Amino acid sequence: MISDWIPVVLFYAFAGVLLASALAVITVRNSVYAALLLVLAFFSAAALWMLLEAEFLAITLVLVYVGAVMVLFLFVVMMLDVKSREKHALGGYGKVAIAVAVAMLLEMVMLFAGKLAAGLPETSLTRHAADYSNVRALAEELFTRYVFPFELAAVLLLVAIVAAILLTLRRRPDFKHLDPARQIAVKASDRMRVIKMPAEPQSSGDDK
Amino acid sequence: MSLSHYLIVAGVLFVIGLAGLFANRRNILIMLMSIELMLLAVNTNFVAFSSYLNDISGQVFVFFILTVAAAEAAIGLAILVVLFRNRRSLDVEQLDTLKG
Amino acid sequence: MLDKNILLVIAMAPLAAAVVAGLFGRKIGRTGAHLVTIAAVALSFVLSARILWAFVQGQAEPFNENLYTWMVAGDLRMHVGFLVDSLTAVMMAVVTFVSLMVHVYTIGYMHDDPGYQRFFSYISLFTFAMLMLVMSNNFLQLFFGWEAVGLVSYLLIGFWFKKESAIFANLKAFLVNRVGDFGFLLGIAAIVMAFGTLDYVEVFQHAESVVGKTISIFPGTQWQLITFICIALFIGAMGKSAQAPLHVWLPDSMEGPTPISALIHAATMVTAGIFMVARMSPLFELSEAALSFVMLTGAFTAFFMGLVGLVQNDIKRVIAYSTLSQLGYMTVALGVSAYNAAIFHLMTHAFFKALLFLGAGSVIIALHHKQDMKAMGGLRKYMPVTFLTMWIGTLALVGFPGFSGFFSKDIIIEATHESHRFGAGLAYAATLLGVLITALYSFRLMYLVFYGPERMDAHARAHVKESPWVVTLPLIMLAIPSVVIGWLAIEPMLFGDFFKGVIVVRPEHDVVAEIGEYQFHSPAQFVLHGFTGWPFWLMLLGLALTSYIYLRRPQVTERLKKTFAPLYRLLRNKYYFDEFYQKVFVRGAVRLGETLWQWLDQKLIDGVLVNGTARLVGRFSAAIRGWQTGYLYHYALTMVLAVVVLVAFYIF
Repeated sequence: MISDWIPVVLFYAFAGVLLASALAVITVRNSVYAALLLVLAFFSAAALWMLLEAEFLAITLVLVYVGAVMVLFLFVVMMLDVKSREKHALGGYGKVAIAVAVAMLLEMVMLFAGKLAAGLPETSLTRHAADYSNVRALAEELFTRYVFPFELAAVLLLVAIVAAILLTLRRRPDFKHLDPARQIAVKASDRMRVIKMPAEPQSSGDDK
Repeated sequence: MSLSHYLIVAGVLFVIGLAGLFANRRNILIMLMSIELMLLAVNTNFVAFSSYLNDISGQVFVFFILTVAAAEAAIGLAILVVLFRNRRSLDVEQLDTLKG
Repeated sequence: MLDKNILLVIAMAPLAAAVVAGLFGRKIGRTGAHLVTIAAVALSFVLSARILWAFVQGQAEPFNENLYTWMVAGDLRMHVGFLVDSLTAVMMAVVTFVSLMVHVYTIGYMHDDPGYQRFFSYISLFTFAMLMLVMSNNFLQLFFGWEAVGLVSYLLIGFWFKKESAIFANLKAFLVNRVGDFGFLLGIAAIVMAFGTLDYVEVFQHAESVVGKTISIFPGTQWQLITFICIALFIGAMGKSAQAPLHVWLPDSMEGPTPISALIHAATMVTAGIFMVARMSPLFELSEAALSFVMLTGAFTAFFMGLVGLVQNDIKRVIAYSTLSQLGYMTVALGVSAYNAAIFHLMTHAFFKALLFLGAGSVIIALHHKQDMKAMGGLRKYMPVTFLTMWIGTLALVGFPGFSGFFSKDIIIEATHESHRFGAGLAYAATLLGVLITALYSFRLMYLVFYGPERMDAHARAHVKESPWVVTLPLIMLAIPSVVIGWLAIEPMLFGDFFKGVIVVRPEHDVVAEIGEYQFHSPAQFVLHGFTGWPFWLMLLGLALTSYIYLRRPQVTERLKKTFAPLYRLLRNKYYFDEFYQKVFVRGAVRLGETLWQWLDQKLIDGVLVNGTARLVGRFSAAIRGWQTGYLYHYALTMVLAVVVLVAFYIF
């Protein structure tokens, strides 16, 4: 009985925190607060995913997203020292934004409740056995049927790394750089030039 | 807890991210965060469906989305940094050289 | 004799010479130009004369062959072909002979002109075009020749193209001809519609089948098809042969050098219309209405144009109006179904009218290109050959019994007398009175130029002398047929079998045959008969009047001018035809053009369609441009909105 209610309560709790922090992200003035609130949102989402018995992904969300991406965000926010300008974060576009957002939401609801209602499954949450390993199941799928996309994703990450470095790379102006290949390829004629000149007589001299 | 609950949560989250995309007057960073919110909503959707339909491929897809989102966030921020270096400000109102 | 190669040579030799003289004129020089063209035309003449002789002897069969198929459009076949029968042979011989005389004459007349070779090229080209016209065996080639002679006429009238009046005249000639050609084309189109073919022989064979068929030109009215065809064809003839009201170009065409006035505007081009109607006799015979129309037009022209000739002071203009009047005579002859008489008069007129023009040209060059008769006089002492040959031409023109013109004109007058067609009485009166008028202006010309006090200035008088042999030889050569051809040709042509099968006349209309039965027995008898007829007495009256006035009492002319001032003004202004055309058609066309240019071209097409669309696009783009704000979040908003709309479509 109570144990039946716990998932429900947890769900509502975490969902509420998620939505509230998401709302706050876009409305607070201070960018640092926004980033931190986004971290909170991700945590709550991870909790929700736990409830859905997707443990691996939940942890991955925290590790990768919060641990890496959001840290990166915070780095950038603090490094660039962004000043908040407006008094109210949402400008004139706020009303438009709300209108569009509501419209979109209504549409999605109508879509799923109306048109696609028939296709939505009536099933309930699948409860796995106690020794069910989510990691294992994921791995089995990932490394067999989806191994090629997996490799591609790896390449993608590599490309992203390289791109990010290249974009932000800044050479110091006084950066001296030696290229060995060019050093060896130098010829004498590049450095010296012999000119024949008639000998000049000793003029009123500085023979001091 | 039926599927619809999770879908609604994901939907509202998505819409919040959407609104954040063009309602912010502050800086581009918020825009990027809104995009992350939208991605989160989509991921939640996938996970929910995967759980309720007992099909693991939903989670596999989330896996990939996470990867790509991370890469995209990194590069987006790199661009942001370079932009800041050139313009000394991240104000969205000042980025209008594409104006027709 | 009638071999297709010979016929091709006859037609093409002048063309080849024209091309050589035209394109290589500077290389071969003046002598080369005139030698090659004269050689070519002489060759054509010799061959044509032989063909004519063969027909006269009765030894030749008509030649009708298609030489080249130019185009096939559906069921309609268009060929280049020759039809050479007795009618064609007469025309060929006349054309080439007069052309040859004019070529030789030009050596003298255009001696000092810088465009010497160009002139020879043009007159050879004209000879080619005229030959194609008369030798044609289908309507299309006829039309080709028709247009080609019109073109060369344009080139030649405007030969001195730096002269303002010459340019005006050649455009006028071309445009008035165009009006006639429009009618002509309608006629040809109607023929294609009715018969489905352009070939003469096929059309004539089926001519009877269209009698009774009608055509609706304006909705609601029905016209006889055959009448429409004939009248439309005749309108073309009206343009080409300068019948009223399309006559206005001929006097202006005197702007061209005199040789072409002789060649084109007296002997050959203007007779193309007459030839065409005679050729189409099988068609015209089927329509009384058309023939009456023809006759009355000719009668009007014959009489009223002759009157205008009385008050002209330019020597060439007198002869031009005389030509108009004589063409009227030929047309009247056609109208009373006396086609052979018309052709006969065409032939005799060609000779004596060309003679008169060339003689006038001789006078003109003797007086250093002066043409005003008021500045001439007493020239008979200085230019005897010209004087004599002009008298021969004049006597032929007025129809003095025995000369060629007498035979042809008197036959026409008799024919109108005999005819019972509607309007024949009027035509008879017109042609008869026309004799008096012809005599008046012809003798007036002779007296003013060759008799009386010498009115030219001292400088001219010192230099006036007879023209060189290249000028006087053609005069003599033309004077000979002006005397004898009538006597020789009348019997076979009009009362013999010369035109049998070629010119078709229905027995009930055949006035010439009637004359042959009752009035004509032999040339000699006809001459004697002529001395007793009305024409002769009217001619004498004219001679008496002019002799009295111009030899004894020149001041009578001044008194007459004052007494009949309004009539005089009317005649001097040529019945105000030119002013009317200028005001109504020319001004109207120009204004129409201007209006169309301003409203349609400038305002509508340039302004609205071309510039307007450009401006519209510009304005539209300027309005839309505002969408590109450059702000990322606007773009994002737009994208989202689009998705919202799309999904909405999906839901509803």
